[in-house]
Amino acid sequence: MTLLTLSHLTKRYDGHATGPAALADVSLTIAAGERVALLGHNGAGKSTLMKCVLGLIAPSSGEIAIAGHAQGSPVARALSSYLPESAAFHPALTGREQIRHFLRLRGEAASKADGLLDRVGLQGAAGRRIGTYSKGMRQRIGLAQALIGAPRLMVLDEPTSGLDPISRREFYDILDELAENGTAILLSSHALSEVEARTDRIVILSKGQQVTEGTLNDLRRHAALPLTVSMIPRLGKCASLANAFPEAQEEHGALVFSCAPDDKGQVLERLAANTERVADFDIHPPSLDDIYAHISRRAA
Amino acid sequence: MMFARILSTARIEFAIALRNRWVAVGVVLMVLFSLVLSLAGAGSAGSLAADPLSVTVASLTSLSVYLVPLIALLISFDAIAGEVERGTLPLHLTYPLSRSEMLLGKLAAQLAVVAIAVGAGYGLAAGYAFLTAGGDAFAGLPALWRLIWSSTLLGAGFLSLGHMMSALARRPSGAAALAIGLWLIMIVLYDLGLLAAIVADDGGVFTTDIFPWALILNPADAFRIYNLAASDAVSAVSGLAGAASSIAIWKPLASLLLWPVLAAFAARFAFGRVTP
Ligand SMILES: Nc1ncnc2c1ncn2[C@@H]1O[C@H](COP(=O)(O)OP(=O)(O)O)[C@@H](O)[C@H]1O
Ligand SMILES: [Mg+2]
Repeated sequence: MTLLTLSHLTKRYDGHATGPAALADVSLTIAAGERVALLGHNGAGKSTLMKCVLGLIAPSSGEIAIAGHAQGSPVARALSSYLPESAAFHPALTGREQIRHFLRLRGEAASKADGLLDRVGLQGAAGRRIGTYSKGMRQRIGLAQALIGAPRLMVLDEPTSGLDPISRREFYDILDELAENGTAILLSSHALSEVEARTDRIVILSKGQQVTEGTLNDLRRHAALPLTVSMIPRLGKCASLANAFPEAQEEHGALVFSCAPDDKGQVLERLAANTERVADFDIHPPSLDDIYAHISRRAA
Repeated sequence: MMFARILSTARIEFAIALRNRWVAVGVVLMVLFSLVLSLAGAGSAGSLAADPLSVTVASLTSLSVYLVPLIALLISFDAIAGEVERGTLPLHLTYPLSRSEMLLGKLAAQLAVVAIAVGAGYGLAAGYAFLTAGGDAFAGLPALWRLIWSSTLLGAGFLSLGHMMSALARRPSGAAALAIGLWLIMIVLYDLGLLAAIVADDGGVFTTDIFPWALILNPADAFRIYNLAASDAVSAVSGLAGAASSIAIWKPLASLLLWPVLAAFAARFAFGRVTP
């Protein structure tokens, strides 16, 4: 079942009639249980897209449907939840009061607040004022409110910024659980390395344009970036190893060269033929940030 | 459902008002000024025919004309601009909570704060009147009750005007400036302007035809006229009310009732134009 459909979405902010649009002709669908990451540099239009989906701002042209309902309509609001970029709350309220209020706004029992706070790891701080929370704790309050009422569509704007690596993993564990239960998730990030392999699909925006869309493997293949091979020669075999691999350069005592993804097998054979010269070797695939930088650069 | 959302918003806003000390500030202001008035009024009370509580109510009326709008604007100017500045507005607006429900919730909580402050101040003054005059003060109870609910209506109007300033300014500093400006114009300059016009007009058309309506149009003046005209102690306290004694009592009452409604609609309209 399709929960979110964007067709030819374009947004120009008032007073920006000329120049590039904040969002230009973006089309996208997300099905139940799917996790889609929206990637892009600062100002790419990620937050703009999300605000359009939530009905906070009106698109200049194009259509949005949330399970068939118009964005911002009461049904669409009841079906979706939102975690704003750097979520903020009134500093004078305690975490528990804030979540109890949000529960009541969604027509849920306020008594569920402590369970939600437990789930995001805030049990100890529930009675403290939000003004005393760290950025990561505020982000967790933001996540807790986004979990209220088993939403069908979750829109999370840079949800992992400000989280340490362990918290980030716990965060994705919660998302996995939700996706398994059929929640469609749209989240944004400015780094491919943050979303890792824990999303089903990746959409890359650059200056408001939709650059690519696909799984991480699609993007990897698409970018066709070379692998990096580095070899440590055995004692005294440096020169003969360099002869066997004339393309390699010496770097910090290792011999390093790059190879196309399709030549990986051939390289392995050559390494196997030179075992008496090679003490150790490593083959690095391109890093996620390399792939992302490559795709963004090509689009520009 | 809708009622639950308004109630929940009101609860949370009241908790915030308590912690931000707005309740304390309102109560202290009202209590302090009521106390001063009671003590100062005690000396002259003997020379008047009216009962002591009615005299107290008359002087409280002239106090409330200034203080109630001020307190209401102080509590309300941050309502929307503060949410915009903190960045809490977008999230609220993605909830199944309409802008009207949000405004009504805030209004209810802040109106409770005004009522508490007014109740504390007037209660103290009434207690003092009973203490000094004993049973004679019972005659003034209807006047006191009228003062309490009309003050609350006056407060409701200015709370919504504060919300409107808050939505128009979109920044707390700007909203504060607008609120203070509004108070100066509506409470101080308006009356001065009317007085100046009367003097210049020297008993002409303005004084006879326009002036009574101009008085009713301003909620603060309507409040003053309504309370003083309904009381025996009128002429003892106010000069303006003497000129206004010809006005039928339903006119200021209608103004007092209409202002909160119109101001609430105006605030809702201004809020509707705020994009998060
Ligand atoms: N309220 C606004 N008014 C005018 N321009 C805006 C507004 N919000 C964002 N923009 C512009 O729209 C573009 C996209 O911004 P945004 O969606 O916030 O990007 P991202 O979230 O990807 O960093 C940027 O060029 C930004 O300057
Ligand atoms: Mg953003």
